[in-house]
Amino acid sequence: MGDRAEMAVFWIFTVPLIAASLGVVVTKNPITAAMSLVGAFFCLAGIYVLLTAHLVAFLQILVYAGAIMVLFLFVIMLLALQEEILGVSRIKVMQGFGALGCVGVFAVIYRAILATGPRMMPQVGEDYGTVKAVGRILFTQYLLPFEATSLLLLVAIVGAVVVAKQRI
Amino acid sequence: MVPSSYYLALAAILFSIGLFGVVSKRNILIVFMCIELMLNAANLTFLAFARQSGNMAGHAIAFFVIAVAAAEAAVGLAIVIAIYRTRGTLHMDEVRVLRD
Amino acid sequence: MSALPTPAPARTKTPRLAAIVSVTAAIALPLGLFCVILFATPLLQPALLDGFIRERLHRDPATWYWRDGVYTVALLVLAFVFANFAAIFSGILSWWERRVAGRIQSRIGPNRAGVGGFLVWIADAVKLILKEDLVPAEADQMLFRAAPYFVMVGFILTFVVLPFGESIAVSDMNVGLFFITSITALVVVGILLSGWSSNSKWALFGGMRSAAQVVSYEIPAGLAIMVPVLMAGTLSMQGIIRAQGGLPWQWFIFRNPAAFALFFIFFTSQLAEANRTPFDLPEAESELVAGYLSEYSGFRFALFFLVEWGNLWTMSAIAVTIFLGGWQIPFVPNELYAQLKGTGFPPLAWWGLEAASMLVFAAKTMVLVNVVVWLRWTLPRIRVDQMMSLCWKYLVPVSFACFLFTLLWQIAVAAVPALETAMGVGLTAVSVVLAVLFARQTHRNITAIGDRVDLSNW
Repeated sequence: MGDRAEMAVFWIFTVPLIAASLGVVVTKNPITAAMSLVGAFFCLAGIYVLLTAHLVAFLQILVYAGAIMVLFLFVIMLLALQEEILGVSRIKVMQGFGALGCVGVFAVIYRAILATGPRMMPQVGEDYGTVKAVGRILFTQYLLPFEATSLLLLVAIVGAVVVAKQRI
Repeated sequence: MVPSSYYLALAAILFSIGLFGVVSKRNILIVFMCIELMLNAANLTFLAFARQSGNMAGHAIAFFVIAVAAAEAAVGLAIVIAIYRTRGTLHMDEVRVLRD
Repeated sequence: MSALPTPAPARTKTPRLAAIVSVTAAIALPLGLFCVILFATPLLQPALLDGFIRERLHRDPATWYWRDGVYTVALLVLAFVFANFAAIFSGILSWWERRVAGRIQSRIGPNRAGVGGFLVWIADAVKLILKEDLVPAEADQMLFRAAPYFVMVGFILTFVVLPFGESIAVSDMNVGLFFITSITALVVVGILLSGWSSNSKWALFGGMRSAAQVVSYEIPAGLAIMVPVLMAGTLSMQGIIRAQGGLPWQWFIFRNPAAFALFFIFFTSQLAEANRTPFDLPEAESELVAGYLSEYSGFRFALFFLVEWGNLWTMSAIAVTIFLGGWQIPFVPNELYAQLKGTGFPPLAWWGLEAASMLVFAAKTMVLVNVVVWLRWTLPRIRVDQMMSLCWKYLVPVSFACFLFTLLWQIAVAAVPALETAMGVGLTAVSVVLAVLFARQTHRNITAIGDRVDLSNW
């Protein structure tokens, strides 16, 4: 893929990504927020593909768009929220301060990025980001965290059932 | 070729948007979603740095972040359901029994 | 069943023009589609496009300014072809399914538009597109309109990695199978959304049921997919097919007893994920009107149905790919394709071989599609609790056990390679015997009630 095409694809995914993530914080209705987040995760997966992280990109769609967001939608629908519960947020002045603070945070990070200067991406080999390569790293260098993650997921399953079920 | 600073700036924007949501929204569900957004911004940074340095450690970390986010969402949403059942609200400022 | 005397309906002869149109359409549409796929897919790959730019346009593809433009056009053409394939396949299948249903239920089925009612799906499509696109008054406008597209995207994107023949796949990604499982997750989002945004209790119940069902059955399906991946050592769809062979005992399903069991688990889970009977609870007409699509009309309704029938092709094609040997032609080794192809424009022999591989793949897929259609009209719908306990209490533990067995089996096969061939031949023989016994028992059941096997009057 040529340079211009890569840049074009980057913008094709970036603009809807930022719009969708703004949609998450702007909207009052949690369902609309959840749907914007699904869109954002989808575009983000596109950006991961651009970074030649194929495995992580489709993991992102599978876990975030397929599992986590479905869970969110389920909870929102189960609770059958009324409007007055939905539309709560801080008073406008506080929101303004929050926005200012976030712009400040962004400015600080952006300054740090600019300080490092524009770095070009190096060429990577054919097997960069493939299942085989990432799997090899996971099962050699990161074996202990990997097994710890499996334990964490088990704990999370049991915990979620214990907390959410009224009567076990 | 897209320079790595583009990806980092994009991650910074996503992180700031998520942070704004966390500090300004009071609905637990939306705050949760914004936390997920911030986690994703961190992931994007990991992957961008992994691509820039040409090694795949960042992919492994992103993998763990996704797994942890899944666990966090499951437990967090269970807590949300429990809170809604006992308190009847999802407003974060009204859940303060321990503080009072 | 008592034979009621039915007056024969006065049947007018189909007008000659309609007959010609329907017969031509029935032959030309599928044939033309497969031909377009056969020629367009290998030709529009980057290597051949680069060759085209170098030899016809006399430019250096590495530096030419418009190369990305050529690639984009090629991708758009492919997207158009495959979207059309999905739409026309599901249209023709809707007619075919209704004809089969008519036969199974001792009635006629659609027989008005064209010969054998073949044009009925076109008439249906025209009707649905012309109908008013209603949005219920209290519905969430934007989400209601967006929901069918989520379902559609989740379905259409599977064609990116779905193989049709040896070199006939849009892209052979190294994460192919994983791509399909992840992208189909979007369908759940669309279904939940359509259920919620309709603001109708039937739709909401249907959407919730469907989402619970699809999310649950993704687990046994995912575990079942892991076994062919273990046996082939790759996630790429073409790689999995290349690891198999043309003859039945070289297929993954017969090479490993666990894979044999998992094929049926996978098939059941796919039925549930596609919301087909006996798992069509989300659309249970007798309880929920039409489930999550009750409030839809016109074009959006057509999109849901396009996905429902089109899903039959994708689910069967995936099953054929990972368990039933895909496009492998018997006695044709994998190296022959590469030898024939050479460099530059491929010779005629290669095209013939490609067409044959495509034919094998399509034939296997159509057999499975027909099995799904028969199941729909012979099995009753199961209850919600039965559906959930079937998944979590039976399919998930069994598929875990099969998965563990495959790990041991692969170790055993690595030590004694003849084990796999012996198991392949043995299981093939066993399944042939079982199929013959099944056919004989069916024949005996039919004769026992005094009926006869009658294939005339089609």
